[in-house]
This record gives sequence, C-alpha cells and structure tokens, in this order.
Amino acid sequence: MDDLSTIRSEALDAVQAAADLGALEAARVAALGKKGSVTGLMKTLGGLAPEQRKEFGARVNQLKGEIEAALEARKGSLSASALEARLASEKIDVSLPVRPEGQGTLHPIGQVMDEIGAIFGEMGFTWADGPDIEDDWHNFTALNIPPDHPARQMQDTFYLPSRADGTPMVLRTHTSPVQARTMLNKDVQKRLADGGSLRIIVPGRTFRIDSDATHTPMFHQVEGLVIDRTTHMGHLKGCLVDFCRAFFEVDDLPLRFRPSYFPFTEPSAEVDIGCSWKGGELKIGAGDSWLEILGSGMVHPNVIANCGLDPAVYQGFAFGMGIDRIAMLKYGIPDLRAFFDADLRWLRHYGFSALEAVK
Amino acid sequence: MKFTLSWLKEHLDTDATLVQVRDTLTMLGLEVECITNPAETLKGFIVGYVVEAVQHPNADRLRVCKVDTGTGILQVVCGAPNARTGMKGIFAPTGSYIPGTGITLKASKIRGEESNGMLCSARELQLGDDHSGIIDLPAETVTGQSAAEALGLDDAVIEIKVTPNRGDCLGVHGIARDLAAAGLGTLKPVKMDRIAGSYASPIKWTHGYEAAPDSPCPIVVGRHFRGVKNGPSPDWLQRRLKAIGLRPISALVDITNLVTFDLNRPLHVFDAAKLSGDLVMRQAREGEQILALDGKTYTLDPAVSVIADAKGVHGIGGIMGGEDTGVQEGTTEVFLEVAYFTPIRVAATGRKLGIQSDARYRFERGIDPQSVEWGTDVATRLILDLCGGECSEITRSGVMPAWQRRYELRTDRVKNLTGIEVSAADTASILTKLGFGIEGSGPWTASVPSWRPDIVGEADLVEEVTRVFGFDNIPTTSLPSLSATSRPVRDALQRRTPQARRALAARGMNEAVTWSFLPLKKAERFGGGGADVRLLNSIDATLDTMRPSILPNLIDAASRNEARGLADPALFEVGPQYKDATPQGQRTVAAGIRHHMAVPRNWAGPARPVDAFDAKADALAVLSAIGAPDTLSSQPGAPNWYHPGRSGALKLGDRVMAYFGELHPEIVAAADLKGPVAAFEVFLDAPPLPKAKATKARPKLVLSAFQPLERDFAFLVDAGVEAEKLVRAARNADKVMITAARVFDLYAGKGVPEGKKSLAIAVTLQPVERTLTDAEIEAVSDKIVAAVAKATGAVLRG
Repeated sequence: MDDLSTIRSEALDAVQAAADLGALEAARVAALGKKGSVTGLMKTLGGLAPEQRKEFGARVNQLKGEIEAALEARKGSLSASALEARLASEKIDVSLPVRPEGQGTLHPIGQVMDEIGAIFGEMGFTWADGPDIEDDWHNFTALNIPPDHPARQMQDTFYLPSRADGTPMVLRTHTSPVQARTMLNKDVQKRLADGGSLRIIVPGRTFRIDSDATHTPMFHQVEGLVIDRTTHMGHLKGCLVDFCRAFFEVDDLPLRFRPSYFPFTEPSAEVDIGCSWKGGELKIGAGDSWLEILGSGMVHPNVIANCGLDPAVYQGFAFGMGIDRIAMLKYGIPDLRAFFDADLRWLRHYGFSALEAVK
Repeated sequence: MKFTLSWLKEHLDTDATLVQVRDTLTMLGLEVECITNPAETLKGFIVGYVVEAVQHPNADRLRVCKVDTGTGILQVVCGAPNARTGMKGIFAPTGSYIPGTGITLKASKIRGEESNGMLCSARELQLGDDHSGIIDLPAETVTGQSAAEALGLDDAVIEIKVTPNRGDCLGVHGIARDLAAAGLGTLKPVKMDRIAGSYASPIKWTHGYEAAPDSPCPIVVGRHFRGVKNGPSPDWLQRRLKAIGLRPISALVDITNLVTFDLNRPLHVFDAAKLSGDLVMRQAREGEQILALDGKTYTLDPAVSVIADAKGVHGIGGIMGGEDTGVQEGTTEVFLEVAYFTPIRVAATGRKLGIQSDARYRFERGIDPQSVEWGTDVATRLILDLCGGECSEITRSGVMPAWQRRYELRTDRVKNLTGIEVSAADTASILTKLGFGIEGSGPWTASVPSWRPDIVGEADLVEEVTRVFGFDNIPTTSLPSLSATSRPVRDALQRRTPQARRALAARGMNEAVTWSFLPLKKAERFGGGGADVRLLNSIDATLDTMRPSILPNLIDAASRNEARGLADPALFEVGPQYKDATPQGQRTVAAGIRHHMAVPRNWAGPARPVDAFDAKADALAVLSAIGAPDTLSSQPGAPNWYHPGRSGALKLGDRVMAYFGELHPEIVAAADLKGPVAAFEVFLDAPPLPKAKATKARPKLVLSAFQPLERDFAFLVDAGVEAEKLVRAARNADKVMITAARVFDLYAGKGVPEGKKSLAIAVTLQPVERTLTDAEIEAVSDKIVAAVAKATGAVLRG
C-alpha cells in the first residue's frame, strides 16, 4: 500500500515540478514508460491472487488515470506559457517607418484638364487635338486674322522656318486653330449636314513670346466650340455658367459677360466670375469684385465660311480659357512660373494623388 | 486711353454719377481699368491769403507771413522769393503730407520765428516742375476753399482699355457717343465751322505718286497760318493734358495733342518758315534720313511714307514729325497737316522703325477719313483762338477713300444669334445714336458712319445692338442634351494620356510639365534639332529648338532638384515631342527618369541604386495601363542617348512601343548628376488600338479544377543568350499544359564555365482533365529541356 501511495506522490510531484515540455515528458516516462514506476506496478499484478489482483488492479488503473490527467493538465499550462514567452520575445517597434516607397503625384495642369474634360463631357462635348506647330493659315487666316491685321500684334508669335511652299509656320498662339481643323473635317461636315451638332473642347499647349512674373512662353488653354443651326449666345452663357459653377464648386457663382473684341467671334464677350478679396485672400463666389477668366463669342461668319461651312446655315459659339490660370485660382497656386520648374517640393505640395477622383 | 470726367462732360450732357459712367463703359466693351482722382492727395490743402509778409528778422532769404486760412490767422515762415503781402496761395496746415518732398509738416520755430504750416510750390504738390516760387493764385480765388477745387483738379481721371477694333473711342467724343447711345445722356455736337482763308496758301500739298484709295496716304488737307503767337497754352488746356499724363509744350503743340485725344484726329504743325516750297506725300528714297521729334535719327527706305519738301524729309507719315521743322516759341508762320494714312501701311512702318506714338496708335486702328476736312476746321478754330493770326485758303491733294458701306440687318437676326429680344424701335434707335443711317423698320439697311471702319457685316450690327442694349439681357440657357447617355469625352487614344499619368504617379513618380523647347545642342544630342524645328525668334538660346525628346528637360529638372538638396528624384512627363514641323511629327510620349537610388538607405534592408530594370518596369506599367498586349519582346536597340549595353526597346513585332535603360554616362556627366539615371520613353500612339466591339462583354473565363504545379529547371547557357529567348522556348514547349515560365535565378562565376551563365526558371503546369501522372510530368519536362536546348543551345545543369 505504502508503495502505491509513494509512487503516486512521486509521480504527481514530478508532473507538477516539470518546468517545460521536456521535463514533463521525462516525468511521464518515469511513471508510465516501459520502465516506469506505474508500469512496474502493473507488471506485479500477474503474481497476485485473483481477489487481490482485481482490487489492486483497479487501484493501479485509477492511479494511471490520475497521472495521465495531471500530465495533460500540466502540458496545457506549459504550452500556454511557452506561447506567451514566444510572443513576448517577438515584440517589434511598431513606430519604425515602413520600407521606403515614393509618393507619386499628378501635376495640377493634368488634373485640371481631367476636371474640365469631365464637366464638358457631361454636356456632350468630345476632346479634340491639333498640332502645336501650326501653319499660319490655321492659326491666323482661317480665324479671320488676315496678314497685317492689328490683332496679329496683340499676340507676339514664335515663328519657325516657312514650309517649302512658303507657308509661314508658327507655334500656335491659341488652341483656336483646332476649331478650323475640326470644322474642315469631312465627317464633321457630314454630321452637321445631317442635322447633327458639333461640340468639342481642345485642351492643350499654347505659346507666345512673353516671359515675366505672370507670363511664360508656354502655357495651356482650353478651347470650346459648338456649331449647329440654332445655338445662340444664351447657350454660350448657359454653358459657361454651368461649367464655372461646376469647376469652382460654387453653386451660385455669379458670371458677368462684357462686350469685347476678338477677330474670330462676333459678338464677342469677356467673362468675369464674382469674387471677393477680404483680408487680401481671394474667395471665388458672390462678392464685390470681378475676375476675368475667359474670352468667348459667337463664331465669326468669316471663320465658318473659311472652314467650308455656310454661315447662312450654321452658327455657334467658341470660347478660350487659360488652364493654368483657372488651376491657380481654384487651388490657390500663387506663381505661374513654378508650374514649369519641376521643383519636387512644389510638385509634392500642389500635386494630386494618383487616384484623385475626377468628379 | 485716359480722360477726365469733366472732359467727358464737354461732349456728353449728363447728370450720371462716376459709378454709373464706370459701369456703363465696362458693359459697353470699354473696360475701365482704373479711376484716380488727384484731389485725394490734396485733401486738407486750402487757399490761404497772405495778410502780411515781412522780412524775417534773423534770415535774409526768409519771410514771416501772416496767412488767413478762412478760419483764422496763422504765422508761417516762407522761403519763396515771390511771397508777398496780398497774394493768395496754397496753404498746407501742420500735419499735412507734402507729396513732392515726402515730409509731414510739424509746427516749428525757424530761426526763432514760429511757423505753423507751409505755402507750397507746384513741385511740392507734384503739380509741375516749377519750384522758383510758391503758387500764385488769381486774386478772386476764395480764401479757405479746398486747393483741389481752386486748382480745378477735383476731376476723376478714367482709364479705359480700348480694343483694337474701336479706334473711334481713342477720342473722348467717341466715348461720349457710346455712352449717349446706352442712355447715359445726350451727345453734344462738336463745333466745326469752316473758316474762309484770307490768302492763298504759299505751300501746297502734292503727291509723289498717283493718289488712290489704297495709297499709303490717299488724301491730305492743310493750310497756312501767319502772324500767330506760339506762347504757353491756356490753363484749361494745360490742365486737361496734364491730367492724362501729357506735358504741355506750347499752344500749337498742345492743340495738336488736344485734337488727337479729344476727337481721335492726329494733326501735325510745321514751322512754315523752315519749309522750302511745297510739301509732297511720297515714299522715302533708299537711305534718306530724318531726325524725328523723339530726338532719334531714322534711316528710311522706299517702304516708308514720308512728308518732304524740296530739301528733304520732314515727317514719317502717320507716325512722327521731324525735329528740324517743328514749331517753337518764336514760330509765327505755321503749316497744318491733316492727313489720312492707310492703317496697314502705318502699322508696317511703325513696326519696322520701332516707333510708338499717339498718331501711329490711332492711324493703324483706322481713323475717320472724313476727318481730313472737319479736322482742318477744328484745328483752324483753335489756332486762331489761342494763337491769333490769320489763315490761308485750304490746300488738299489726293482722293477720299471710299468709306460708305451698307449692310442688311434681318429682323430676327439679333434674337437668333444672341437670344435677346430687342424691339424694332430700340434696334433702330441704338444704331441711329451710334451714327448709323437706318432705312426700313425691320429688316433694316444700315449705312455705316465714316468713323467705324470695324463694321463690316451683319454680325457687327448685331454686336452693336446687343452691347448697347446690354449683355446683361442675354438669357442663360443650358445646352440641350445630345443623347440620353453620356459618352466618354476622350477617345481610346486620348485616354492613354491620363492612364499613363496615373500609372506612373501610382509607381511613386512625380509628374512634371516642362517647356516644349530646349537648347539646340541638347536637341541634337537627342536626335533632333532639324532646321524646321528651330525657332526664328526664340526668347533666348536656352529655348530655341523644339524638343525631340522629353528626357533632356527631365534631366535638367533632376539636376535642379539635386542642386536644391532634393535627393533621388523620380520625375515623369506625358507630353509632346517633335520630330519635325509636320502634324505627324508630333507624338505624345510618356517619359520618365529615376536618379540615384531606387531604394534609399533604410533600416529594413540594403539601399539599391536605380538600374535599367526600374525603367523597364515603369515602361511596362505604362504599356499595361494603356492596354498594350502582353506579347511584347525586349531587345537591345535603344537610341544613343541610352547606355549602349544597358538599354533596350520594347517591341510588338517590329514596332517600337518604348525605350528604356540607363542613360548614357556622357549625358549623366554633362548634367552634373552623380550615379546612374534610369530612363524610359513610351510612345502612347504605338500600341494598336483595340477593335471597336458591339458589346463590352469579355470572353468566358475557363478555370481548371486541378491544382497547378511548378517545376524548376537550371540551364547552363552561353552568356550572350537572352533570357527572354530561353523562357519563350520553355513556355512554348507545350502550349496546352504550360501556362507560365519565369526566371528565378541568374548566376555566373564559380562553378559555371567562363562565357556561360546559369539561368534557372520555374515552369507552371496546369492539368486540364485530370491530375498528372509522374510519367506525364516527366514527358513535359523532357520537352522543355529539348525545346530550350534547340532554341538556345542550353543544357540542363547537373
């Protein structure tokens, strides 16, 4: 009897004392292994009388069960603390920075072009392109700016060597030559003849000899052109009111149409938007000041005729707006020259995220 | 164009306020740029009466004055030699800011005598150059009256921007006519009576060519004056000229300036005593010279119109008179020139000689041809009134250019073109007030007045009616919708620009926009600089040639950023490059550079310099974003601005889609950059556009139920064999079962023979119908090894 209780207490003590899974296994082997103390007791059963064997056997089995349960319990507790210890040892400094990755940005000009495209797209306009190096017919003559007209002195033009046929070549001074290129397109003329409507915007690079604090020799414009049989100045006003309000995100933005002069439109209007200068800070919206943002008008009958359409049948409007300028106004960018300097600090500060949504 | 409110009221009978005048001008298309009132700087200055002026006890040159200011008597010490008892002058009380000296007055003691304020000279008030004494006002001036009022300076100066078509508004009368038409008052007629001459002009006008309507000078009128006295012009005239920034010179010169700005009628007066014989309008002879009134000598040629006498040239037609025959204080005989010069000729001459003048500005915009007659009358009246003497009979030469034009205005045209309803009565009234002759009651026939050369058709008449009726009346009508659904604003090719931009920004690059031009030397190094893309009139030599590539500008930008201490720039631009001057020579390219480190120093791993594969990755990202097929091949053959051994082209068949690689070390060194620069150029128009399809539906996705497996192969191959060739051979060894093959290791060195490399690839096998047996896998492996061996001579590494 003493034997049994000694074995019991020794085995259970060893289980409890096991400090890790290895020691626990040693304790199991010491008790329940082939040469273990409990296994040794089992081996003695064969030498006992049947009565005794039954009674002693039951007690040994109970002891075995008890030890197994203790082993299981101890194992559970040892695993948990082992995991705990591992986790504790695996702690990192979460305040360390992530691995380096560049923060890319989009230039405000492209962003604003996308915004312009989205707004006019909703109004049924499509995007048209033309070459930056133009012949003077498309840049001037087609647009009712004949040679020696004073309007040619309004814009100081970059010239390139004339073509072999003598045609003077220029860097386009405005995006307006694309008006002519589009109206002259045979598919466009057919669509108009079938009663359709032409609505294009032409965002792009433009060039003038001008370089000071507020002028750069290259800048960006967006041209708009609508031609059909019925579009009038009220539509021009409606279209630009809708655009300016959407672009500047001011629902009640006031617009003012002022008579002006452009050789390629008649009547011509300059368009101002309302603003205020409280505390020296420009706020776009209803206010006590006006800010000129674009030129526009009804396409001159001579331009329509120069582009192979009958001005007695077709009419429409055109406008031209500085993209850099409206980008500066909307996003509070102070200096035009910086647009073209590629200073990383500027690109990162005024740039847009790659995934910046265009409404 | 500047004028004063009181000057305007000489021509416009109105009680409109300055604000109404301002707003109406702007809404007529005569945009007000600024309004200033000199009275503002004279606030607080008043007329003082010198009750007594006595010698200063302690100073020879000073006087002690008792000045009546209307509200009290103050003592003032004055240094002006003309200060005297009983005079009236401009008094500045203590506390006044003196604009001419920049001093704020304080009460003080001068050599022991108290002085409370100051009596001012013209220069001290910035009213002129005179500092010889204090302003001496007429005795009848009211003591205590404000100085601005007493000096007649309380008059707003209005500056408007006149568009090139509105030459008629370069005279105050024309501006008043527009305002009257807009309902802001009544236009006063200009007094222009013909004064008969009392003798035959000793100088006659002649033409050196047969005058025709399109001659440089179709017509010229003039007359001779004798017995004139050319002193200073009267105060009212001097004040008017000074108010708009002109310097009064003498009565005769001031008269010509007055008529120029009042009626848009430039004139010239010669000192007749200095002329020899008749005056002729002719073209200059080669090499003829003239000393002009601006003090400069101009050498002329036959393209320039001149006014000459028997001895030489005395004026450049429509631009500037000559110094030698100009009027002076002692002039007593005058010859008046009132000519019409053709705008195009004046503009060309003015540009060629580089002369700006008030006359050129007006002639090149087109003045009223009839003004040769009425201008002569107005000038005659002024000369006789202000300088006395008598005038000769009129002399003239040439023919009146045809200015009469008539256009029809259809009844509904204003409404159809502008959306504004203007009644027939208003339409006719507006045009009549602007000086048009009107026949009919809709449709109308409008005769254009001689001073409106800009009106050349019905659309111009529509503009006149609507701008005067008011652009505020234009309705706001949204454009009608063209279709129920909105289409994308850009077509598939145009969409590639934003796709490329967003792909590159997402890869951590910063988008730049740089000039379309660059220096010729750089253009040449990058394969451009042809004669047809060199600017004839560039701003400077750094911007004289159209760029054949975007890269040089990005390289410059990287250098600038490095110089500012901004490390590792990764810049891109999507924009045009120009091969030649044709529309087809311009292509849209996405170009970018990464300089120095692709991965900078960091705690988590080693730093890594940029290399060609960074550029290749950028190029492939753009190509993928713009929808290029994935069957591109990479081959050597980038242009010579890339490192010849570390660059390549991405091609679809034979067509180049992109170049990528390290920049040529020579270019990197020239840009003062240290370390490698990886660069790429993707041609956005190069990948074929997808065919337009009826639906947007994509092909059906077929998925295998069986797991794919991967087998690795290490090949020993000649060092010169391109990895892509080897991979492609493996990939094509079994087109059904093999779905992918990729390089996962490249090794040369110990254990690999000289001139060879070890290239390890992983091949993915995708069972289609059932799991593969070992024998089947073995068979595919053998096919792969055989195919690679055949294509590249590679052997499986033992």
